[in-house]
Amino acid sequence: MTPEMLTYTTSLPFLAVMVSMAAVPLILISSNRPNMREFWTLAAAFVKFGLIFSLLPAALEGRIAEYTIIQIAPGIDLQLRADPMGMFFALVASSLWILTSFYSIGYVRGANEKKQTRYFASFAVCLSATIGIAFSANLLTFLIFYEILSLATYPLVVHKETDEAYRSGRMYLIYALTAGVLLIAAIGWTYALAGTVDFKPGGLLNGIIQDPWTAKILFLLFMAGVGVKAGIMPLHSWLPRAMVAPTPVSALLHAVAVVKSGVFGVIRVVGFVFGPEVMHAFGLNLILAVFAGTTILVASLIALKQDNLKARLAYSTVGHLSYIVLGMALISADGFMGGIMHLANHATMKITLFFCAGAIYVNLHKTEISQLDGIGKAMPWTMGMFTIGALGLAGVPPINGFVSKWFLCLGALQADQLIIVGIFVVSGLLNAAYFFPIVHRAFMRKGDESIARHGEAPLLMVVPICIVGVLSLVLGFFPNLVFHFYDLASTVAGNIMHAATGITTASVFP
Amino acid sequence: MSSSQIPVLIPVTFLLTALLIPLLGLINRSLAQVSAVIASGLALVFSYLGLQAVLSQGRISYHIGGWMPPLGIEFILDSLSAFLCVVFCGITLLVLIYGKTSVAHETPGKDIPFYSLTMLLLGGLSGMVMTGDLFNLYVFLEISALSGYALLGIGNRRASLAAFRYLTLGTAGASFYLLGLAFIFYSAGTLNMADLTQMLPFVQDTRPVSIGLVLMVLGVGLKMALFPMHAWLPDAYTYASSTATALIAPIGTKVAAYVLLRLMFFVADPDYMRHDLHLTQVVGYLGAIGIIWGSIMAICQKELKRMLAFSSVAQVGYIALGIGLASPLGFIGAVLHILNHACMKGCLFLFSGNLRLRLGHSTIPKFSDTLSRSMPWSSAAFALAAISMIGLPPTAGFFSKWYLALGSIEQSNWIFLAVLLVSSLLNAVYFFRIMEKIYLKPRNAGGNDSHGDAQQPVAVARNEAPGTMLVPTLTLAVGLLVLGIMNAWIITHVIHIMIPSGL
Repeated sequence: MTPEMLTYTTSLPFLAVMVSMAAVPLILISSNRPNMREFWTLAAAFVKFGLIFSLLPAALEGRIAEYTIIQIAPGIDLQLRADPMGMFFALVASSLWILTSFYSIGYVRGANEKKQTRYFASFAVCLSATIGIAFSANLLTFLIFYEILSLATYPLVVHKETDEAYRSGRMYLIYALTAGVLLIAAIGWTYALAGTVDFKPGGLLNGIIQDPWTAKILFLLFMAGVGVKAGIMPLHSWLPRAMVAPTPVSALLHAVAVVKSGVFGVIRVVGFVFGPEVMHAFGLNLILAVFAGTTILVASLIALKQDNLKARLAYSTVGHLSYIVLGMALISADGFMGGIMHLANHATMKITLFFCAGAIYVNLHKTEISQLDGIGKAMPWTMGMFTIGALGLAGVPPINGFVSKWFLCLGALQADQLIIVGIFVVSGLLNAAYFFPIVHRAFMRKGDESIARHGEAPLLMVVPICIVGVLSLVLGFFPNLVFHFYDLASTVAGNIMHAATGITTASVFP
Repeated sequence: MSSSQIPVLIPVTFLLTALLIPLLGLINRSLAQVSAVIASGLALVFSYLGLQAVLSQGRISYHIGGWMPPLGIEFILDSLSAFLCVVFCGITLLVLIYGKTSVAHETPGKDIPFYSLTMLLLGGLSGMVMTGDLFNLYVFLEISALSGYALLGIGNRRASLAAFRYLTLGTAGASFYLLGLAFIFYSAGTLNMADLTQMLPFVQDTRPVSIGLVLMVLGVGLKMALFPMHAWLPDAYTYASSTATALIAPIGTKVAAYVLLRLMFFVADPDYMRHDLHLTQVVGYLGAIGIIWGSIMAICQKELKRMLAFSSVAQVGYIALGIGLASPLGFIGAVLHILNHACMKGCLFLFSGNLRLRLGHSTIPKFSDTLSRSMPWSSAAFALAAISMIGLPPTAGFFSKWYLALGSIEQSNWIFLAVLLVSSLLNAVYFFRIMEKIYLKPRNAGGNDSHGDAQQPVAVARNEAPGTMLVPTLTLAVGLLVLGIMNAWIITHVIHIMIPSGL
């Protein structure tokens, strides 16, 4: 902790984690009364957001809420801490859960999905785990929630119970569990080296790790552990396959909660476990930058070739996750800033796009991009919001995607890395190249008769779509609106760099 | 009653009940089970009181017949033996409650010998844990072994053959132990454990002592089903009745593991075992091979009980691996895993018993998603135990692996670390395979099941196991979560105290 950070004990973080877990039995027992069941989901979503939001004023003043649940192993507590970074992620996940809940209800009823109880129950567990990940004060607590998240996502991935779903589910499990055991090894090793696993801005291993090979192998173990969920190539293959899940799952979990937990893990590992100095001293940031940079370009190129709308969105997600990772690899204040901002901005934009894809599926039963000719006429609101999200991801101002990309480019310039600036620019163009044809088909081309007869998607879906779409736009103008994302991100970036005074940013890359 | 008599009270309770059951059975057959439950309940109370007394006052020694050790036989309750007693009396109590319906169903008409033998077995096992005398340990070992053979033999038709095989190998193991003991006695002149600890350093560089120790470890290793001496275990567990397996699988091999711990770290000098005889390493690497081998074999099995049996071979390997580390962390991991595995495997075998009662089989390819709807609670217990076996936090199974992993890292033993991690994945393979079958629709049945039809799932009659079987299963399953979350307390308050000084 930097000196100006004060901690105080309150059970609020714990309650925020547990509230959706507590809703699970209620959801299960009201299995036969769908309205009651959905009420519990919504109630949990609102209460969760309320609890997290109530922690925000203190966090902005530099006071950090802390709650120790129990000592889980000698010397290691199961501890939650709502530091600015955790607050940032928790706010993103919990606010979007509210919208996704409404949207989910519209979606599963509209698409006549089966086993809806299991669906909502698993969703609630996932959210508990995600907030747990956000508030974890140390690596072991992080690991516990990380594994719960892996398990709880599995029923959602195989939800359709088709052969394809089973195959994807197995693949997901193999990736997630392998990542889990590698993470166990990494955490155990860290504990053996440092005697503690508490996250610390500037790095808990700062000054402890001496041997370059230990640093490199340990870093790779960590990256394999969190990189699977963050979709860093070559560990990304599960993500496009997991798109077999119902669309709200893809939207919240595979654009926000699960993959962002992986990216959040990268942020924790880079900023709070290794720290800028260690990253720099052993060239770890170069390793990270190479993987992330390649991922951005390759994923964007693959996305160009996808005809399935969700698959294209999935590869786009893979690319954008690595924006954040690349931001971390820059090891400059603006790089951290941009990466962290992009965590929230990509979430609002990508969830808009996924919501739209789901609305198209429920309303018109279309999944392929080549079938989308002229649907802008039938679903003007949906496709309008799709356009906002697409423009934002391509980095067009004034949508919030521009803000984070601006900081990422500033960070790259700070680090004197023109190649990375180039990557951001090229990938922005590629984003435009794979999103524009969709918008073009929807609005410019003439569709067949059957489409014109359809109206908009159900209101329960269109309203959340409009809210997230408009949110993306508004956050572009006012990054600090309501959630104070900008302040939180700059506090985190400041805290991480605070400890690393030894680095002149120009010398970050060898 | 003063706490000084507790060491002897526990085995005596079991042995007396073993005699009492045939007599009570003459009056009313159902008394057999009731008295067995009461006896194990009493033993649990005694061992709990004993553990508390030990934790507050230190070890308790009871001299049988008033003869002073080292000549007389000494019963000792220290933190390790008291802890083990609490563990296995607790499991026993649950399994015996479970036995009420299960034994009557699977082995009708044999309940009186069944419970009488059970008590004899437990008398033998608790004696092995309590005794402070290596020869007396052999006596109890034989008591437990003989009753164990008979108990495993009460099963289906192939059980007697499997039990005979176990008998042959078990006798060989016991003979190795006895032979080794003779060498030690010849060199050190004493059989009392505490006395041997004093004497062995003076004679331990001689060949008879090293041969004796190797033979004893070999014998105990066989009893513990340490790879490659595990061949008896899968058959014996598979064909025995569910209650017998649920009793012997969590407890039997664990007591052997306890003897190994006692022998290598308390009786003998750990330093000598590690640096001169290299026995700890041998045990550790055999355990590591056993973990991988047992897991791979488990993946190949089609029968649930047989799969669990091979998984037991793997799980015993964890304990051996902890012994192989020969460090405080390894010791913590091994002892914690004795407790965790007892609960996990107990729960899983009870689940297989529930299946045998309701389905009449426990063949994995025949499982379907109707199971999770007809037996929701049993299935949930299975899922929780499986997650713990895989070693996902915050269940108990994660933490024993965590300490073992920390111990491996501490010694830079990357092979052990890799084995621990790979085994988690192998466990995941064979447990998720079953969970997929229980919870998800069968792969090829999707054809005639249209979309609208799926909305209204086919009604499946609730066919849950009866309360006497369900409650123990669920207790163990919930226990896994509690143990996982409470593990720090157990380690700091109980296991830390028992770490031998030589480590």
